Amino acid sequence: MPKLTIEELDKLREKAVAKLRLRESGENRGKVTIHLGTCGIAAGGRQVLTALLVEVEKLGIKDITVTTAGCAGLCSREPMATVELFGQAPVKYVDLTADKIKKILAEHVVNGKTVKDYALAIGSERVG
Amino acid sequence: MPYRLNVMLCTGTGCVSNGAFNLLEAFKTEIRKHELHEEVAVIPTGCNGFCAVGPLVVVQPDEIFYQKLRVEDVPFLVQEHFLKGRPVKKFMYTPPETKEPIPIMSNIPFFGKQMLIALRNRGLIDPENIDEYIARDGYKGFTKAITMMTPKQVIDEVKASGLRGRGGGGFPTGLKWEVAFNTQSDEKFIIINCDEGDPGAFMDRSIVESDPHSVIEGVLIGAYALGVKQTYIYVRMEYPLALKRFYIAIEQAKEYGLLGQNILGKGMDLEIEVHRGAGAFICGEETALIRSIQGFAGEAQAKYIYPAQKGLNGKPTIINNVETWANIPQIILRGSNWFASIGTRGKNGDGGSTGTKVFSLVGKVNNTGLVEVPMGITLREIIYDIGGGIKNNKKFKSVQTGGPSGGFLPESLLDLPVDFDELLKAGAMMGSGGMVVVDEDNCMVDMARYFLDFVQSESCGKCIPCREGTKRMLDILERITYGQGTEDDLLKLEELSRLIVESSLCALGGTAPNPVLTTIKYFREEYEAHVKNKKCPAHTCKSLITYTIDSKICIEKGHGCGVCRKNCPQTAITGEIKKEHRIDPTKCDKCGICFDVCKFDAIYVD
Ligand SMILES: Cc1cc2nc3c(=O)[nH]c(=O)nc-3n(C[C@H](O)[C@H](O)[C@H](O)COP(=O)(O)O)c2cc1C
Ligand code: FES
Ligand code: FES
Repeated sequence: MPKLTIEELDKLREKAVAKLRLRESGENRGKVTIHLGTCGIAAGGRQVLTALLVEVEKLGIKDITVTTAGCAGLCSREPMATVELFGQAPVKYVDLTADKIKKILAEHVVNGKTVKDYALAIGSERVG
Repeated sequence: MPYRLNVMLCTGTGCVSNGAFNLLEAFKTEIRKHELHEEVAVIPTGCNGFCAVGPLVVVQPDEIFYQKLRVEDVPFLVQEHFLKGRPVKKFMYTPPETKEPIPIMSNIPFFGKQMLIALRNRGLIDPENIDEYIARDGYKGFTKAITMMTPKQVIDEVKASGLRGRGGGGFPTGLKWEVAFNTQSDEKFIIINCDEGDPGAFMDRSIVESDPHSVIEGVLIGAYALGVKQTYIYVRMEYPLALKRFYIAIEQAKEYGLLGQNILGKGMDLEIEVHRGAGAFICGEETALIRSIQGFAGEAQAKYIYPAQKGLNGKPTIINNVETWANIPQIILRGSNWFASIGTRGKNGDGGSTGTKVFSLVGKVNNTGLVEVPMGITLREIIYDIGGGIKNNKKFKSVQTGGPSGGFLPESLLDLPVDFDELLKAGAMMGSGGMVVVDEDNCMVDMARYFLDFVQSESCGKCIPCREGTKRMLDILERITYGQGTEDDLLKLEELSRLIVESSLCALGGTAPNPVLTTIKYFREEYEAHVKNKKCPAHTCKSLITYTIDSKICIEKGHGCGVCRKNCPQTAITGEIKKEHRIDPTKCDKCGICFDVCKFDAIYVD
């Protein structure tokens, strides 16, 4: 590692911040929860999660928490995800694939428009 | 790809001694077994503060808090939470009152009233990874100082913040720096005081263990302001983990060009040398510490001239405590106004105590651990709201602040705001932040004896009042606890105290009588019970208590069960099953085992 200048230190900080971002909760704009019950995993939830994480990093999204939760109770429609933008009703998405979650990220999380085609219900319950 | 879960595992000394490193291995193995190692990271951190329930982890980003984990718990936890996404209730903190588990760390009352400045990164970063410190605004205060401020401005900012030294005396840090700044010299030094000898205190150790770079950054700022090129950190040998992490931090800072020559290309040079102290209380005192670094015996010097003018090698030397240094980066980065708005302010806007203070809360409270709170918070809030009250529903008796230099405060002062001046007025001291809670089962004379015994054996012996005076005081206190004290002894204690305070060479002697003086002041009746009635109200001074069996209860309720007889190590109890039992007072060693084992409360102590 060569010795840093102030500019290089700032760049390094930016990179490191992105890595650590998922470690803190609180000041974020919202949260995407992938349901990873046994049913979710069997239906391919892990691939959906991986696709989501890769995309979040690629787009440099910094104010969203990605997390996982257990079975959401509708095993036949897995993989499922819940998108919560704080201050808005949570939206549940069903029958997901890697491509679908990317679209949800771009349209709902980034632009605030619910992707109606994949949504199961809006405001059904609170997932915490 | 970022990790979706970060398992922040405490590897502070407390948790390590409860097996945290074994847990670390278990987590890694189990996570790999489920092929989660690219999604779930396990990060060893420094002390999280809530040592009472360690070993513990916090799972981020959801801030799920797990306590008292054992290696056997790991497979289930990994499978349920990390794989299936179901946080596990049975490992969560469950307050005894509500019996309802609290999943999220910040909802646990222990953390609720705390405010973190010196400990801002605790539990959030890997102390052995400089990038993580940098990510949390690390070295930003320093770059601000060297690019946007003159040395004089840095000193003025520290002065305006109102920061007072966290090592004990509470001397205004900016003022100290100014003295060194204004003293002409070809060379100046900085020393980081990490000796920490107070019984029951572990604030400085935890700061270095959990966030060593915060100390290094503080020193960089001080070195820039004062034109210092050489600094020393004095750490006691009993702190191996702190030492290890500090060495690692120095190496990483050097690699990045944050220590060494031409720092960040700005032409500043700085080295940090680590000195390992052998662990003597007096070596925390600044003049003794300097003597120790220079290779002499750690003896205090009379302070006719302050080290800030003439210290190490006769050159201006700034000694500050670890916690003081850890505050500096935030003061520079966020400004003195922000810092000064926290805490208390004296009458004319000066004095008072700004910012926060780290305390190690120990003794008879439910939630022992490390807490950082805004100055001005009351003792009651610390002990009851954060500390969760007294263990085993016992009655609060006293709280000791400030270590051997401090004093014992009674229940009537629980609403005292914690601030350098208020504590001093009450006869105690802020000290470095040890806080020992005492309940009804502790004898105040015995507590005073304990602290005096400590200073008596830690006195460097150079001056007579301190060396001989504390010895005489200890003799008297021992006599009182043996039931051989007289009323005259109380007067003698007070007289000796005055003498030692006035004539000792350094503050060790100068403050040593405080625990005795405060216990006499606030708990005089306990001393009187010892000397007049030859009784120990707390039932701890062995010479003054007797154990007796109430034969009526023994026969009627216990049917002469004989458990006490079987358990007595002195064979002092006689009697047959179903018959009356008796304790032979000449054989009884007052160990209290009979009292503890009797299921029928047939034994009483007086
Ligand atoms: C007997 C005695 C022991 C002390 N032990 C310590 C110590 O362990 N750590 C510490 O920082 N200061 C200790 N001090 C205070 C130091 O002498 C000095 O005031 C302090 O390190 C200055 O730093 P500060 O202004 O940041 O508090 C001790 C003082 C005395 C009299
Ligand atoms: S050492 Fe783990 S919480 Fe203090
Ligand atoms: S301890 Fe050395 S003079 Fe008091």
